Amino acid sequence: MSWIFEQENYFIKGIRFGILSPKEIRQMSTTLIVSDKLYEDDIPIAGGVRDPRMGAIEPGERCPVCGNPPSLCPGHFGRIELAAPVVHVEFAWKIHELLKATCRSCGRVLVTPEEFKTYLNLYRRLKRKWPRLANDLVKNIISQASKNMVCPHCGETQYKIILDKPYRFYEERPEGRVFLNPHDIRQRLELIPDDHAELLGMDPVEARPEWMVITVLPVPPLPVRTPISLETGVRSEDDLTHLLIGIIRANNSLKQAIEGAAPQSIIEVRWSLLQYNVSVFFDNELPGVPVSRHRNQRALKGIVQRLKGKEGRFRGYLSGKRVNFSARTVISPDPNISINEVGVPEEIAKILTIAEPVTPFNVERLRKLVMRGPEKWPGANYVIKDDGSKIDLRFTKDRKALAESLKPGYIVERHIVDGDIVLFNRQPSLHRMSMMAHIVKVFPGKTFRLNLLVCPPYNADFDGDEMNLHVVRLPEAMAEARELMLVEKHILSPRYGGPIIGGGQDYVSGAYLLTSKTTLLTKDEVIKILSAAGYKGKLPEPDIIKPGPYWTGKQLISLFLPKDFNFRGPAKINGGPLTCSGPECFHDSYVVIRKGKLLEGVFDKKAVGAQQSENVIHMMTKKYGTSTTRNFFDTAFRMFIRTLELKGFTMSIRDIEIPEEAKRKVEEIVDEAKNKVSDLIRQFEEGTLEAIPGRTLKETLELRIIQTLNEARDKAGKAAIAYMEPFNNVFIMARTGARGSEVNITNMGVLLGQQVVRGKRVHRGYRGRTLSHFRKGDLSPESRGFVRNSFRDGLNPTELFFHAAAGREGLVDTAVKTSQSGYMQRRLVNALQDLHVEYDGTVRDAEGNVVQFAAGEDMVDPMSTYHGKAVNIDAIIDEVRGG
Amino acid sequence: MSPSRSKKVSRKILHHELVPKHEVLDIEEAAKLLKELGVEPHQLPHISVNDPVVRILNAKPGDIIRIRRKSEIAGETIFYRIVAAY
Repeated sequence: MSWIFEQENYFIKGIRFGILSPKEIRQMSTTLIVSDKLYEDDIPIAGGVRDPRMGAIEPGERCPVCGNPPSLCPGHFGRIELAAPVVHVEFAWKIHELLKATCRSCGRVLVTPEEFKTYLNLYRRLKRKWPRLANDLVKNIISQASKNMVCPHCGETQYKIILDKPYRFYEERPEGRVFLNPHDIRQRLELIPDDHAELLGMDPVEARPEWMVITVLPVPPLPVRTPISLETGVRSEDDLTHLLIGIIRANNSLKQAIEGAAPQSIIEVRWSLLQYNVSVFFDNELPGVPVSRHRNQRALKGIVQRLKGKEGRFRGYLSGKRVNFSARTVISPDPNISINEVGVPEEIAKILTIAEPVTPFNVERLRKLVMRGPEKWPGANYVIKDDGSKIDLRFTKDRKALAESLKPGYIVERHIVDGDIVLFNRQPSLHRMSMMAHIVKVFPGKTFRLNLLVCPPYNADFDGDEMNLHVVRLPEAMAEARELMLVEKHILSPRYGGPIIGGGQDYVSGAYLLTSKTTLLTKDEVIKILSAAGYKGKLPEPDIIKPGPYWTGKQLISLFLPKDFNFRGPAKINGGPLTCSGPECFHDSYVVIRKGKLLEGVFDKKAVGAQQSENVIHMMTKKYGTSTTRNFFDTAFRMFIRTLELKGFTMSIRDIEIPEEAKRKVEEIVDEAKNKVSDLIRQFEEGTLEAIPGRTLKETLELRIIQTLNEARDKAGKAAIAYMEPFNNVFIMARTGARGSEVNITNMGVLLGQQVVRGKRVHRGYRGRTLSHFRKGDLSPESRGFVRNSFRDGLNPTELFFHAAAGREGLVDTAVKTSQSGYMQRRLVNALQDLHVEYDGTVRDAEGNVVQFAAGEDMVDPMSTYHGKAVNIDAIIDEVRGG
Repeated sequence: MSPSRSKKVSRKILHHELVPKHEVLDIEEAAKLLKELGVEPHQLPHISVNDPVVRILNAKPGDIIRIRRKSEIAGETIFYRIVAAY
C-alpha cells in the first residue's frame, strides 16, 4: 500500500551535540529584540518579543520572513544582545571545572607540558573505544590540575575558585574573596587553547568553552510560545514570553546604567538581575533562587520545566503519543463469543475505519457500503479519489453517484465489520499478553465484550474496567496481528511455558460439578449441556443403562478431547483426606485421560484454571497446538457454565454454619490456647521465661503468644472444617479452587484469630494499652487484637476495631506497593529495553556489546518449557508407552 | 597508582567457594573468541584491573579472562570479560 505513504527517503547518519556560538545565534536570528512591549494598539510591534518576524501564528497571517501561512511557517529565531555577558546556569558546573583546571593567565591546563602531551595522546586513543575510561581520565586530570597552585607553563600563581551555586563564581585571593563577573569568566575561557579544552572533555569545534557564557540570547520562535486568546478577546501570553519580557527589562536597565556610566554598584545590581532572569528562563526550579511567578502567583514554566517529568516533552509527547483509529470504553463479559473475538459497539464501529483500495473484485461491495453512508453500519466514512482528494460522505448529497464513480485506484474508508482484526489492550501493560489481537464482532450497546477466559492475561474484571482498541489498517500489519498477536497464539505464557488463559470461579465450580462422580445426567440435560457447547454429532451411548439411561459428565468432556490424547496428573482437590498418588484413586482426585476419554478424576482449578502449569490444557496445547485448545475453550468450557446454570449454585449463611459438636471442640482449642498464653505471661512476669537467642524477653513473649494463637486458629479451623459436609457449596468452591480458601471459611464460620498490625499484635493506641476498655499493660489476647468470633457470630466492638485496624494496613500496603513496584518496573524496562538475543545465542545491547554469552545461561526458551524445566520426562514416558 | 592497587591480595580468596575459576586467555584463544563472536575487544563485558582476582592472575588491561561459573540453571556457564584499566 506504499502509494498511500509515498515520500522521499532520508537517512540520519549521526547526531552531533554542541553549544550554539554567538555567531550561529546571530546567523539564525531574523530579528533583534529590544523592546519589552508586545503590542501597540493591538498590533505586535517590531523589535518586541511578539515581533511577527518570529513566525506566523494567527489565522490568516502570512509570515513576513518565509511568506507561509501559520500551518506551514516553522517559526524563526530572534535574538537579544545582552548588555553584559551572563553565565549559562546549566553549564555552571562545567565552567567551574574548567576554571579550576586551567591557568588564570595563560588558559592552559595546569599540568606539565610533557604530561599534557601524554594525556592528550591517551585521551584521543581512549575516546572512541573506551569512552567511560576517557571520561574517567578527564575527571582525574581535572582533579590533578585543580590541586596545582602554580602554572607549569607560565609560572602564574593560581587561586582557589569557588562556585556559589547556582551561578556565582569567586576567587580566593590572599586579600580575600573576589567576585568573578561573567565578563572575567568569559575572558578566561577564551584563553583556553583548543587542544587544552579537548583534554578537559570539550569538543572545541562544536562547543568552545567561552560559548557557555551567554552574550547573545536566542529568542525562541513564536510557534514555540503561542499566545492564547480567550473568547472575551483578552490575550494571554505564554510563560516563556513572560520570562523573555523579564530578560529584556533587566537587559535594558543594565544597558542604560552602563551607557549612562552609572556607579559600579548599580551596574552590578542590574547585572545580577539580568543573570537571574536569564537563569530562570532556562530553569525556574533552581535551588537557592527565588521562583519567578506570574501575576497570579503561579510559578512560570522555564525551558527545563517544559521538558522534565511525566507530562514533559520527552515522556509526555515523544515516548508516548496519542493515536487515531482507537477507541476506549467499559468492558463487560460475554461467554458466548470466542476467546479470539471482541464485541465492539455499533457506535464505535461507525467511527473506526479501514482504508480499502478499490479493486475489480470488491467494487460492488464497496459501492454498497458507500451508498449506506456514514450513519448506517456497515457503511463508509470517506472516499479518497485517485487524484488524492478526500470526500467526506457526511456532506455528500448524492452518494449513489459517488458510489457509481468508484473505480480501481480509489480508496474507501469503510467501517470496521465482523472479521476485521484489531488490537485490544488493558493498562497497565505489564506483559506481552496485555495487548492481543482480537477479531471484531459488532454488537449493539455501549461496551466492549470479551470472553471471560481472556480476563487472566489482561488481569481484567468488570467492576468498571475500561480497555483500549486499535484498528490495524495495513495488510502487512493485519497479517502480523493475525499470525502473531491473536489471543490463541498467547495461550502459553512466555514467562514459564504454562497456559495463562483459563477459567475462574464459575468455570471451575461448573467443571467440578459436571465431572464429579455423583453427577448423572438425563438425556434432556445432556442435550441442554451439549447444545451450549455447540456440539454437532451423535449422542454418545449412555454410561449407565439401569435404572435408566444416564450419562456421566466425564463422557461429555471426552467428546471434546482429541481422540488420541493421554494425560495423567493430580487434581486440585488432591490433598488432605483426598490424597491419591496414582490412578488407583477412590476420591476421584487423580485425573486420567486415555485415548481422548476422561476415565477418572474431576476437572477443577488444576484442569481448567488459568496459570496452572503441566495440566490438561498445557499438555493439550503442546501436543495439538493452540487452535485445538482454543476450540476446547470455545466448546467444552461453555458446558461448565451451562452445568452450573442447570444445577443452580449459591451460598448461604447455612454453608458456613458449623455443628454444635464442632463448636465445643473449637471452644476447647481456644481455651487451651488462652491458658497457654496466660501461662506465658505469668512466666514472663515471674522472669522464668527463656528468651529466644537474639531476642529480648519481651519480643520472645510476643513471638510465643502469636505462635500459640495462630496455631490455635489453624487447629480450630481444621477441626471445624472436618465437620463440614463435602457438597456444601462454599466448601466446594474452596476445595476446587474456584473461590476462597479454608482460611476464608474459618474466618466466616469459626473465628478470625489474631489481628496483626506492622507484623506485631495490635499494640498502638493509648499509653500502654490499645483501647480505653483495657487496663494498662494488659497483655491478654483480647486486649491485643485477638478476635474470638467469626463473621457469622458477629464481632464485638473492640474486636471490630482491631479488625478494622488490620484491614486498613492491608489497604495502605497495596496502595504503596503498586506505586513503588510501578516505578521499579519503569526503571527496569528503560534499562533493559534494547537487549536482544542474537542468532548466535548471545545477548547483546543496542550497540552490539555482549551482555551474556548464552541467553539465560542455558539458552532455553522458557515459553517451550514445563515451568522452567526443559523436559517433562513423565509425559514423554507416558507418550512412548502409549498412555 | 591508586592505593588499593599497591596492596597485596591474598591468594586464599581463590579457594573461596563463591569465587569462580578465572583464567587468562592466550593470544590465539582470545583472537578466536573475538572472531567467533564478531566483536571488538571493548564490546565484551569489562572487569577492573583492580579486581582482586585479576590482580592475583596478574592480568593486564586488554587481557581476556575466562570465568567458569557454577550456575543453578545450566550447571556451568562460561563467561568472558576483558580487563579494563579502571
